[in-house]
Amino acid sequence: MALAVDFDTQRIAPQASRKVAQPGEAQEHVVLAVENLNCGGCMRKIERSLHEAPGIASVRANLSAKRVSVTFDPQTTGTEAIISTLAGAGFRAADLAVSPASETISADRDLLRRLAVAGFAAANIMLLSVSVWAGLASDMDPEIQSLFHWLSALIALPAIAYAGQPFFRSALTALNAWRLNMDVPISLALLLATGMSLAQTIRGTEQVYFDAGVSLVFFLLIGRYLDQSLRSRAKGAAQNLLGLKSGWATVLNDDGTSERLPARALLAGMRILVPAGERIAVDGRIVSGTTDIDEQLITGETLPRTARPGDTVYAGTTALTAPVEVEATAADDATLIAEIARLMETAEQNKGRYVRLADKAAALYAPVVHALGLATFLGWVLLGASWETALTTAISVLIITCPCALALAVPAVQVAATSRLFKHGVIMTASDGLERLAEVDTIVFDKTGTLTLGEPELTNATDIPDSTLAAAAALAMTSRHPYAQAVVRAARNRGLEFQPLSDVNETPGAGLSHSGENGLEVRLGSAEWCGAANPAVAIGTDSTGDNAASLYYLPAPGSSPVAFQFIDAMRADAAETIALARTAGFQVTLLSGDRVKAVKQTATAAGIEDWLAARRPHEKIAELDRLKAAGHRALMVGDGLNDSPALAAAHASLSPASAAEVSQIASDGIIQGSRLAPIIETIAVARRARRMSLENFAIAAAYNAICIPLAMLGFVTPLIAAIAMSASSIIVTANALRLTTAKLKL
Amino acid sequence: MTALAWLIPAALFLGLIGLAGFLWALKSGQFEDLDGAAYRILEDDDESTSNDKR
Repeated sequence: MALAVDFDTQRIAPQASRKVAQPGEAQEHVVLAVENLNCGGCMRKIERSLHEAPGIASVRANLSAKRVSVTFDPQTTGTEAIISTLAGAGFRAADLAVSPASETISADRDLLRRLAVAGFAAANIMLLSVSVWAGLASDMDPEIQSLFHWLSALIALPAIAYAGQPFFRSALTALNAWRLNMDVPISLALLLATGMSLAQTIRGTEQVYFDAGVSLVFFLLIGRYLDQSLRSRAKGAAQNLLGLKSGWATVLNDDGTSERLPARALLAGMRILVPAGERIAVDGRIVSGTTDIDEQLITGETLPRTARPGDTVYAGTTALTAPVEVEATAADDATLIAEIARLMETAEQNKGRYVRLADKAAALYAPVVHALGLATFLGWVLLGASWETALTTAISVLIITCPCALALAVPAVQVAATSRLFKHGVIMTASDGLERLAEVDTIVFDKTGTLTLGEPELTNATDIPDSTLAAAAALAMTSRHPYAQAVVRAARNRGLEFQPLSDVNETPGAGLSHSGENGLEVRLGSAEWCGAANPAVAIGTDSTGDNAASLYYLPAPGSSPVAFQFIDAMRADAAETIALARTAGFQVTLLSGDRVKAVKQTATAAGIEDWLAARRPHEKIAELDRLKAAGHRALMVGDGLNDSPALAAAHASLSPASAAEVSQIASDGIIQGSRLAPIIETIAVARRARRMSLENFAIAAAYNAICIPLAMLGFVTPLIAAIAMSASSIIVTANALRLTTAKLKL
Repeated sequence: MTALAWLIPAALFLGLIGLAGFLWALKSGQFEDLDGAAYRILEDDDESTSNDKR
């Protein structure tokens, strides 16, 4: 059944036939990191917008990794075109230098495969084992028993050979270095159990322990997989961040030509042309041109800085108002931002204090375990038992002393804590961040962007008539200056209609101007720009005068400029959060680089009694050191590169996500959203996590204390040993899971 | 008794099919994006404008 539709081609464009890349043509594949891929709707939008672009063969968005995988025909389109299509749909994307091959073969998948094989083997061998045990109680023909043993051997041998490889390899590496690690006794136990069971199967006796061996491998691999997937997720996030920082740049060659190069290809000494509105891809010096630079990415400051020839600029900042030529002093890996992204990657690899403790315990543990196993074997032989019984008991000891509970004790709690925090919008970036957060007793806040939203808002909107606001907004629309955007927002909030003006000139450091039809010039900008040299002349000024954050609008030369006043609004729950912190016994301080008056105002509004203003970065660090010397452990909540050293100097640190992305890497955790309440939640979770880690250590220790003597005395068969050891791991993990649903109070 | 002779291989064979199924799913990337998969079932695109596998 067909449906014919007549439509007006003036209003609905007829669908041009799209060239779709066919499989078989030369195709290229690219993986892009997407900054704001946050929900299912975003996935659909991305895939849909790319499907409508020419030359795209396939698109797959990945919500967990925040990436998009695109296959396209290089004749028709390219990576840059794809990125701009996504930008049109509202998504900031960047090319990750990841080859498709490295994506597919990942350690995660490898472990998962081995886990699957071990699981299959364990289940089927158990099927046969249970029959054999039942047969031992009633009567089972010895031939059938033998058959079942052979079948178990058939399943177990390849399964253990494949699934046990991670342990065997790790044990071999350690032994080659003349060390013992936790995998050595496990590998030993596996090999002994399998070997002995095979020997017994051939001889037709009863002590067959394939089920124990395979179950052991299965449960251990679960632990390994959890650990591995946590690490690879953190690494993927770091890669994304780095990819989003870099971009493309227009390089000016000596012979006068210019070319577009990806940030990876840039070198120090190159000259880059940065058009207005583009992110600067290198650290460098301005050679020509003057522009306002949005350094929010680096400093968290919402006010742009005017940069003139000779000034230094950093990669990741945006040139707002005019094009500039920059000579690169550091590019790609050598830029400040790359350095800090590296810090984030190493932070992920650094082990927390408790994990280091567990490792140290394991170093002592392994020789003790082997000694115990050997002692058990010899002891039993000396006591007159057959070598099989002695060996079986020794194997049980080796299995049961496996420190899996110890190894899982802390990671399990960390996984539970980070996933709970994630639900509340907090991302932990340092692996030992939670441990340090649990110890804080003082909270130090920054002002701009932390207690405040970092977005200026118009305060004297009532003083400004609609027509003036609309005219100012029309002028302001083309500018990326935060104040201009605030004017546009205010006009929109009032529901005013305005169209952007063409031919708007933006003079960096001063303001906007436009010559109207009547030849008169309208201006929007600083006091000097609009001729408001005497602020009292302007309409609507606040007589207190200490308002360095004002903007003026001049409707015509010679008329009185209209003043726009802005305030950086405080976060909605700032006062509430601080009150909560103080009732819980925390000392709260405000430490800011801003002017005394502004800081005092914010401190009073937020309910903070201790505040320090006009502090340069090194003075902030000095203050934190003073607190440390006085025996306090401080949590620093701040943003911006000029806070990053302070964030590192504090005992623990958190950053709000609305501010600089760079300092997110320098802090232990990122708080997303516009509320401060997650800070309290984070500290509460950190404290509970610390208590649970200790609980888990206790459980692991108790398990060892009880079970090892039992095993040495021969009360434990290898299967029971495997089950007991797995049970201890499961108890430890289940205990950690309580953290996800516990009701917490500070 | 004779039942066992073919029941056990049958059970093992079925288990192997399950294992093969899991390994295939792993290889075809179905475990790459578990969060995204949860949302995809809620999409109701009736058009298929591309030839990529969904």
